[in-house]
Amino acid sequence: MKRLTKNTLTYAVSITAAMTAASAFSATQITVATVNNGHMIEMQKLTPEFEKANPGIKVKWVTLEEGVLRQNVTQDIANGSGLYDVMTIGMYEAPIWGERGWLQAVDTSGNYDEKDILPSIRGGLSYDGTMYAAPFYGESSMVMYRKDLVKAAGMEINDRDSWEHISDVAAAVNNPDEGIYGICLRGKAGWGDNMAFMTAMANSFGARWFDENWKPQLETSEWKDAVSFYVDLLTKYGPPGSSSNSFNENLALFNEGKCGMWIDATIAASFVTDPKQSKVADKVGFAQSPYSVTEKGANWLWAWALGIPAATKNAEAAQKFVRWATSKEYIQLVGQKNGWAAVPTGTRTSTYENPKFQKAAVFADAELKAINSADPTDSTLKPSPYVGVQFAAIPEFQAIGTTAGQMISGALSGSMTVDQALKSANTSADRQMRQAGYY
Amino acid sequence: MTLNQQRKLKTILTGLFAWTVALVLFFPIFWMFITSFKTELQAISVPPSLFFEPTLDNFRIVQERSDYLHHAWNSVVTSFGSTIIALIIAIPAAYSMAFFPGKRTKDILLWMLSTKMLPAVGVLVPIYILCRNYGLLDSKTALVIIFTLMNLPIIVWMLFSYFKDLPKEILEAARMDGATPWDEVVKVVLPLSVGAISSTALLSIVLCWNEAFWSLNLTASDAAPLTAMIASYSSPEGLFWAKLSAASTLACAPIVIFGWFCQKQLVQGLTFGAVK
Repeated sequence: MKRLTKNTLTYAVSITAAMTAASAFSATQITVATVNNGHMIEMQKLTPEFEKANPGIKVKWVTLEEGVLRQNVTQDIANGSGLYDVMTIGMYEAPIWGERGWLQAVDTSGNYDEKDILPSIRGGLSYDGTMYAAPFYGESSMVMYRKDLVKAAGMEINDRDSWEHISDVAAAVNNPDEGIYGICLRGKAGWGDNMAFMTAMANSFGARWFDENWKPQLETSEWKDAVSFYVDLLTKYGPPGSSSNSFNENLALFNEGKCGMWIDATIAASFVTDPKQSKVADKVGFAQSPYSVTEKGANWLWAWALGIPAATKNAEAAQKFVRWATSKEYIQLVGQKNGWAAVPTGTRTSTYENPKFQKAAVFADAELKAINSADPTDSTLKPSPYVGVQFAAIPEFQAIGTTAGQMISGALSGSMTVDQALKSANTSADRQMRQAGYY
Repeated sequence: MTLNQQRKLKTILTGLFAWTVALVLFFPIFWMFITSFKTELQAISVPPSLFFEPTLDNFRIVQERSDYLHHAWNSVVTSFGSTIIALIIAIPAAYSMAFFPGKRTKDILLWMLSTKMLPAVGVLVPIYILCRNYGLLDSKTALVIIFTLMNLPIIVWMLFSYFKDLPKEILEAARMDGATPWDEVVKVVLPLSVGAISSTALLSIVLCWNEAFWSLNLTASDAAPLTAMIASYSSPEGLFWAKLSAASTLACAPIVIFGWFCQKQLVQGLTFGAVK
């Protein structure tokens, strides 16, 4: 019996020792949460390259729908669960979460070349001068139009046309009998859907979300002019059911050849010029967003970025991954493997300086111009207290923006007037700001 | 019109109506199935095309990008696991409530059902925090527990209504022959209720298989079932309908096939009483 116990003990000790040794040498595993889009999927495919270069790290991927990702990531971060080591967040979250101490600052030391990152993008992802998320790809908004249709209508589109001119072109191109609509714009309610577009448009009409005392300004004449113009334009020359269209719906319409113009995210340029998914790939022209009274804030600025939650247990490995995925070398790698038209854009100056990229991407110049002209810290004609072009980077904005989006979508579908919509949106925003203690 | 003709017409009309309803119900699934064989451009084309050159590309992409078998295994473990546990709890519960009802049995049953009326999101935060504290986030154990609790009221109700219709005399006869309560359940009630139990189990499995709210909120990668895999194909920027349809077809396939095989039990359980 004694001998048996002794043997058992010896085995147990040696197994435990072996297991401890194994776990000491086993790889660190990091979990990356991301949205499903082309660039992110590409990153997932290229991960083995990272793992090869960093043998001690294994990467696990969680791809989620955007809304679910936001919810999961917020839950994870607010509860400190540490479920994710790297998370894909946007320009809206990065400064807010950075300020709250929810994110670790991005390690930009050594050969990361932080100065190469486009200044407006770096600014939008920073709080108090510290970058809390590394940009994976960035975007602004611009006009994409059908060169053939515009030319046939005897019209012309240039950078920074006036909204009146855009309306004239839409009228000239509009031909519903042939299934072609003058202009396609976002109408689906949501702070990141119709309100991203609407805010940029309103900025160019001289509007702002809040005055210097954080009082909502939705009932001002600038907002009324902008929203009335938008509703009128889409009602006359837009496709039917515009109030339920967002990026993907408009992309489908444009690629099918049903839109004369489309003003949306610059990332769309790579889709509409891709013959594999667009019927009009060789007929698309690009121009800078239109404006009304000011060019300030006329086109938005957004970036999908990789952030590291403060609660992660694998900070070192997570930093290594983030640095790799947002580096110049990664962009080179994608260029070599998949062609230069497929590289993630809108993040680094060096990408736009690369002759191979310039040759492959017909939209490169227009995109860079749009991104560089957007300044999140100065996007309104009248002074405003917030950062962000198509949003205000305060936690309350999600709810305020979504309510306003629902009202404006309602005005577009004809269930209420523009005045009613803006009044309700303003009242709701006022209540939320009051409750949050801004005044 | 003779009585015979009237009867014939009635049969034809009923058949026509049934077919229409069945086709309307089946159409979305059919559309999803054929969309999964289209290219992204064909998937968005207006008017939609019924005849096209089918491609298996979407299935290839889904297979390349997601570990289908991993997700499918998680779905199997969570839905079958939770259904078995729920049945182990529900059968004795329904038995005692059906054959030995107390003063408050009806209230207990109603109370159990009332828990289903609470929107799931109402308890998301406490359950999330509990899972975090017990280290159950992204684990199949958490999903099995939640699914068991989620379906328990329905299973108890279904079995209760079925057991209630069993003639008490059969049990009395068994008791006269010296059967213990255990024998009564195992040797009398269960063999008489195979149809009801299988249809209840199948319903529970289907409900677990399709459950998305808790799966998406409590899992990340290790325990993510097929519903989480489908959700990963929705895209904020880019066309994804064909790929999403392929992922959905792959996710639905096992349960549809399983349901097909169990059709007999399902129909029997749902339409026949105990002794008729």
